[in-house]
Amino acid sequence: MRRNVLPGLRLSLGVTLFYVGLIVVLPLAALVFKAASLGPEDYWRIVSSSRALASYRVTVLSALGATVFNLFFGLALAWVLTRYRFPGWRIVDAMVDLPFALPTAVAGIALTALFTTNGWFGSILAELGIKVAYTPLGIMIAMCFTSLPFIVRTVQPVLEDLDPALEEAAQSLGGSDWQIFRKVILPLLTPALLAGVSLSFARSLGEFGAIIFIAGNQPMSTEITALLVFIRLEEYDYQAAAAVASVLLIAAFVMLALTNWMQSRALRYTVRG
Amino acid sequence: MGATRTGRKPPRVGDQPLFRRMLIGIVLVIVALLIVAPLVVIGVEAFSKGWFVYRDTIIHPDTLHAIGLTVFPAIVAVPVNTAFGIAAAWSITKFDFWGRRFLLVVIEIPFSVSPIVAGVAYLFVYGLQGVFGPALDEYGLKILFAIPGIILASMFVTAPFVARELIPLMQAQGRDLEEAATSLGASGWRTFFSVTLPNIKWALLYGVVLCNARVMGEFGAVSVVSGNIRGQTNTLPLHIELLYHDYQAAGAFAAASILALIAVFTIIAKVALERQGAGRARRPTLVTNPAEKTQ
Repeated sequence: MRRNVLPGLRLSLGVTLFYVGLIVVLPLAALVFKAASLGPEDYWRIVSSSRALASYRVTVLSALGATVFNLFFGLALAWVLTRYRFPGWRIVDAMVDLPFALPTAVAGIALTALFTTNGWFGSILAELGIKVAYTPLGIMIAMCFTSLPFIVRTVQPVLEDLDPALEEAAQSLGGSDWQIFRKVILPLLTPALLAGVSLSFARSLGEFGAIIFIAGNQPMSTEITALLVFIRLEEYDYQAAAAVASVLLIAAFVMLALTNWMQSRALRYTVRG
Repeated sequence: MGATRTGRKPPRVGDQPLFRRMLIGIVLVIVALLIVAPLVVIGVEAFSKGWFVYRDTIIHPDTLHAIGLTVFPAIVAVPVNTAFGIAAAWSITKFDFWGRRFLLVVIEIPFSVSPIVAGVAYLFVYGLQGVFGPALDEYGLKILFAIPGIILASMFVTAPFVARELIPLMQAQGRDLEEAATSLGASGWRTFFSVTLPNIKWALLYGVVLCNARVMGEFGAVSVVSGNIRGQTNTLPLHIELLYHDYQAAGAFAAASILALIAVFTIIAKVALERQGAGRARRPTLVTNPAEKTQ
């Protein structure tokens, strides 16, 4: 470690720690404290109640579905945006950030309007016998929308910096495009893809605003965990709200640890959001 | 990387015309269905009952009040988060200290925590059943179900926004310039304002724009801490929900169209800022050591 001559460590670190402590750590600690005050038996009874379990199931399964879709579509979108030039590619590139910029409640009512049985897409799908709004499929679509930019924006910089010489070398050795993609390009993209996937999955687990409009919110079938927390609050059952919220918090921490581990493997490529 | 592509372009993987066209086609169709269509439907639904209903929704006192309640927290929360982001980026990138990586993770927490969890957490600090709630109540200070609660919840949700734009950039820029300025006798503030700030201004502005969009659009955390009282603590996103569940769909979409416009402006600002160099944050601008280049 070399000697540091720069000033301002005390001030900047002091401000940072104070702010993080007050705004981030204190509330989360209070939540954990509240959940812990329940005692193990009550805590377990609440977090493993059948309604809570059903909410985990629908949340996790929808998040998985949305993440798998975004893995393929996000990769294809990143590929098209870095490799091909076509009229309007800049607009498409800018549009990728819309799910980040658009408030979740706005996205929620817009998607619901599209997918209800008399909406633009919903009416067509209804004729095919597919119901989207007020089913888990609707939850999945809302999650797809809100978490799409994560995968595109993690993979894009890695694709941009890919050395063409690697492909040329593989081509000169007689590899087919598919072989080169699978054996040369994909391994290089994997760390970024995994980091994007874990971010996208974490976001889907916690999403609220976009989902509650389209989900139908039926207990046991289309009620996500975040909504269950909200309902417990409205019933003034604060301890149950704390307990179920702590499950979401633990899930977020696990995903955060996973993302960090993957990002340290993806080295210097940083995620933009 | 532009230099390697000059001259005759060798055909790259996936450059066959048929494959290329198909992939572009599929991607564009999904983008149109998943991203463009929601934006269009907001506009169409907002004006579905005509211009007058639209205008009446916007100029309704409740809507105007909601707009005010959306703008005011942003005016407070965004500058505070900007100051925090700069302080965090300065301490993390310009110094080595024990626990630096851990601090970086803690700053990122709000990014992966559900906004609902954030709202509940604040309830247990400032609510009547929380840690400080009863004491605050004795002094008649109201934080929850009032504007301070909305501001605090927005601050939590957007805490990492500015920091995460600055940290990769300042990391890449290194400390050499600042060290040179300091050794020539410049004060810390002088070093920051004349050396660091010009190098990070676009990324900083970019972070501010994103932070602002998120503060104005936050729904989950704010709906827990605001109490959702119409005409009192109703921000614009909450107002949308209220109208929507009141079966005033056209009104809800009219209110939503304001937020959608802010989102579109945010994206335009982002593109403009990227052209100014903010988007190059991930690409080191000052690193000359080839060993530092990835790949």
